[in-house]
Amino acid sequence: MLWGSVVLFSLVVGLFAATLFRPRFGRGLSQSGWIVWGGLVLPLPVLTALTFYAFSQGEFLLSGGSAKTEDVLEVRAVGSMWQWQFSYPSLPGSRTATDLLHIPAGRTIEIIAESEDVIHSFWVPRLGGKIDAVPGHANRLRIRADQPGRYGGVCSEYCGTGHAGMRFEVRAHTADDFEKAIIGELAR
Amino acid sequence: MTEPTSPGHDPIALHRALDRLWAGKPGWGRLAAVNHNVVGVRFMLTALVFFAIGGILAMLIRTQLASANSVFMDAETYGQVFTMHGTIMMFLFAIPFFEGMAIYLLPKLLGTRDLAFPRLGAYGYWCYLFGGMILIGALIGGVAPSGGWFMYTPLSSSVYSPGINSDVWLLGITFVEISALSAAVEIIVTIVKIRAAGMSLDRMPIFAWYMLVVATMMLVGFPPLILGSILLEVERAFDLPFFDPTRGGDPLLWQHLFWLFGHPEVYIIFLPAAGAISTVLPVLSGTPLAGYRVIVAAIVSMAFLSFGLWVHHMYTVGIPHVALSFFSAASALVAVPTAVQIFAWLATMAHGRPRFSIPMLHIFGFFFVFVIGGLTGVMLAMVPFDWQAHDTHFVVAHLHYVLVGGFIFPMLAMAYYWLPHLTGKQPVQHLSNAAFWMIFVGFNVTFFFMHLTGLLGMPRRVFEYPTEFGWETLNFISSMGSFIMAMGFALVALDFILLFKFGRPFRRNPWKAGTLEWAMPTPPPSYNFASIPRVNKRADLLDPDTLGPYLAAGRGYLGMPRNDRMEVLGVDPVTGEPDQVVMLPRQTYLPLWTAIATGAFFLVMLFKLYWATPLALISIIACFWLWTRRDPLPVENDLVPIGHGLSVPVHLHASTPPSYLAMVLTLVADATLYISLLFGCLFLWVSAPNWPPAGFVVDVKLLALAVGGVIMSCVGGRIAARCKGALTMGSALALLGHLISTGLFLAIALLVIPAPSGHAAIASVFVIFIYAALHGTIGAVFAAHALWTSLGNRKAILSIDLRIGRLWHDYTAAAGISAAAFYLALQSLIGEGGL
Repeated sequence: MLWGSVVLFSLVVGLFAATLFRPRFGRGLSQSGWIVWGGLVLPLPVLTALTFYAFSQGEFLLSGGSAKTEDVLEVRAVGSMWQWQFSYPSLPGSRTATDLLHIPAGRTIEIIAESEDVIHSFWVPRLGGKIDAVPGHANRLRIRADQPGRYGGVCSEYCGTGHAGMRFEVRAHTADDFEKAIIGELAR
Repeated sequence: MTEPTSPGHDPIALHRALDRLWAGKPGWGRLAAVNHNVVGVRFMLTALVFFAIGGILAMLIRTQLASANSVFMDAETYGQVFTMHGTIMMFLFAIPFFEGMAIYLLPKLLGTRDLAFPRLGAYGYWCYLFGGMILIGALIGGVAPSGGWFMYTPLSSSVYSPGINSDVWLLGITFVEISALSAAVEIIVTIVKIRAAGMSLDRMPIFAWYMLVVATMMLVGFPPLILGSILLEVERAFDLPFFDPTRGGDPLLWQHLFWLFGHPEVYIIFLPAAGAISTVLPVLSGTPLAGYRVIVAAIVSMAFLSFGLWVHHMYTVGIPHVALSFFSAASALVAVPTAVQIFAWLATMAHGRPRFSIPMLHIFGFFFVFVIGGLTGVMLAMVPFDWQAHDTHFVVAHLHYVLVGGFIFPMLAMAYYWLPHLTGKQPVQHLSNAAFWMIFVGFNVTFFFMHLTGLLGMPRRVFEYPTEFGWETLNFISSMGSFIMAMGFALVALDFILLFKFGRPFRRNPWKAGTLEWAMPTPPPSYNFASIPRVNKRADLLDPDTLGPYLAAGRGYLGMPRNDRMEVLGVDPVTGEPDQVVMLPRQTYLPLWTAIATGAFFLVMLFKLYWATPLALISIIACFWLWTRRDPLPVENDLVPIGHGLSVPVHLHASTPPSYLAMVLTLVADATLYISLLFGCLFLWVSAPNWPPAGFVVDVKLLALAVGGVIMSCVGGRIAARCKGALTMGSALALLGHLISTGLFLAIALLVIPAPSGHAAIASVFVIFIYAALHGTIGAVFAAHALWTSLGNRKAILSIDLRIGRLWHDYTAAAGISAAAFYLALQSLIGEGGL
């Protein structure tokens, strides 16, 4: 997308400069030729290809790289001014953590984003897209961390004076560490 | 009726006679000005003041973000600053500025003397000024809105923003939007009806086509925003839970209403700028515009597409992916009509001999910046990319590339092109080049790097960020760039002041343009044209140098004032042949008084003095009533001569006078608001949690009686308009019908249904019935006016008044019937378990 944009940008600005500084440039092509080639032939295939590619990418992201639903771990993320509470509805005995989300590495996670007050948005830039936590709705987003490690997360919908400080951390663990972490037995 | 006598074609005598009629009064009399020259310039100057305020706020933002953990502003102050920056730039600068430009330019390009409704233009200006002052007053008082310029609920609701801040936004902006709607009606009617003789649709200058499309988009684009503001304000003031999910409301309703306005808004801002380029670029290239008809088709398709894109601001709110992909495809598709225009401009340049000049330099700035903004726009239209970039500084960079590229640079080009027209002086170009390059370089430094800041994960609207995230260097570069840009704008301001002070006078038509605005003296006289031209070819291929003296000598149409009237030609919308003489109103203080009464209503609402609202409403209606008083001159039934052997009727006796068209357009805007309301309430039923509500019942007999009332007034209005003999009977019938239906709708809303604060469904029915009652009340005023006149002086009544009344009665009937139908539909849905 970046290189395509660079090419198109250079084309338009180059043509502008050429028509301005080279008096005879572009006379060979009729006026309607300019409009048909530049206005229709150029953008339509690019846009069509891009739209379909984006749709397939979107479908891939939505599935979170996992086709089977039983592989997916659900996490409830409840935003409030100005913190996140993470809990695991399918894991009995797990603790609810504030601003700290433990996940197993290499497994697809489905975030169920909810809100107790205003609209917040769950976003871990390095792990995937974002989803708004809208009061009255439960929105879903799949993320996945392939390697254990720490990933920063932010709220990306303006939610009042504490918005800038509404950060959280995602820790991806190996399977064993994850079991310990969610019952609070892993040393920090 | 005196025959227009020839003054021996003496331009000076003609100028004196016309100027005595059209020119404004000195001193306090300036407040009575309605002339489009004055109102247009006032709009533009006021908008520039707001632009400076918005720019200063932007500098505060960049100062805050220049370093990590800055202590310059706290979070609350920062919230007010960025909210007001966006709000001012969008609502108080961009829209009013191009409105002012259109108000100033359109009559000149169309070859006529003024807009169709000069008083409406003046009223719009005062509403804009007073509404803007409410917002700036709040900013100075430290109680400015602080929830972001799109005011998402529930953050902006009374629970999370208990102060006056959000009310300032909702009421102030709605007040300002009155000027947008009145400008839309005025611009459409003027373009359709008030032109030079012979200027058929396909001979109109291209700028008129652009403004016709823009004004139509404004007419249907603004009502959803106004509706959203009204619903949110009644939620804040009276606890009607439209956006509260615990009582059947939904915050997403606000987002849909806001972006249903907000996306067309982007094209509403871009298209006037594109229209300026389509006008200026061919002149600077010395050749006619390429692809005139293709461009018209492109902008019309752009207007349609722009109303199908709003969801691309909402990719992350949980809408299914397949639905998103339709909006994604539509968003990508809108690049096509844009590309058509860009390549039509390039074709124009390729086939002409472009001259490098200051306007051309700014057009280069437009091409460079806007193309980048368009390309990042296509990226953001792709759903997966947007999931990553949404609400980051990437979006901030994109929208500034689009708006500065698509509006500021074309407006600067346009300013340098038309300032000689406005001032009668040519610039001394010493600063212009340096100013352009400072703005251009400063802008790109600021916002190009901001793309990267966004891709590194910096969300928008954070007032501080930690050092370790690696955003500090890029932010510092952006801040430095923004200061360079600000100095560039200061240089432009200085350049303009120097032009006013030291510019060289010129004879006529410095750019060798082919449009009618140069066929007049500069600066323009108050009446524009001493006589109105006949146009025999496309109105950008004319010769102002020969046309100017010809018109100044009064050799065109209406080349002599008579009976102290301000006259313009009304033409057939398609062929441009004259079909009426429109008599315009003289200077008056009424628009000012009406705007003050309107402002009183908004202030009463703002300070929660609800007991005083009826007083304010009555004074608004009384002021508007005074607008209908006409000059006591006898109005002829016969044809009046307009010169060159042609005679046409006066507009009051013509088949489609401007006022009739204006009422049709007003009802279109009104209906858009009502349809948005009905669909908004149905949307709640589909989307909001906690539905269905507990059942509630309204006696169907009451509803049937109310519907009977609106039908009765509709029939009465038709009788009154059709046969003069039954005028009294018809008007009385209409009045009675309105009183019955209004009384019943009010009674049901206030007494029969449960408290509307209980559930959004009840609140919906409440608001819809109040809407019907409000229309019945105004209909009753119309009917009472007709009845009063028919009992008094029957000769004074004009069929045009009755026809306008009939339009209102018909619309009120449709609104009343659909209000009742909405209630029945809601009942059956609840009855079936509400889905």
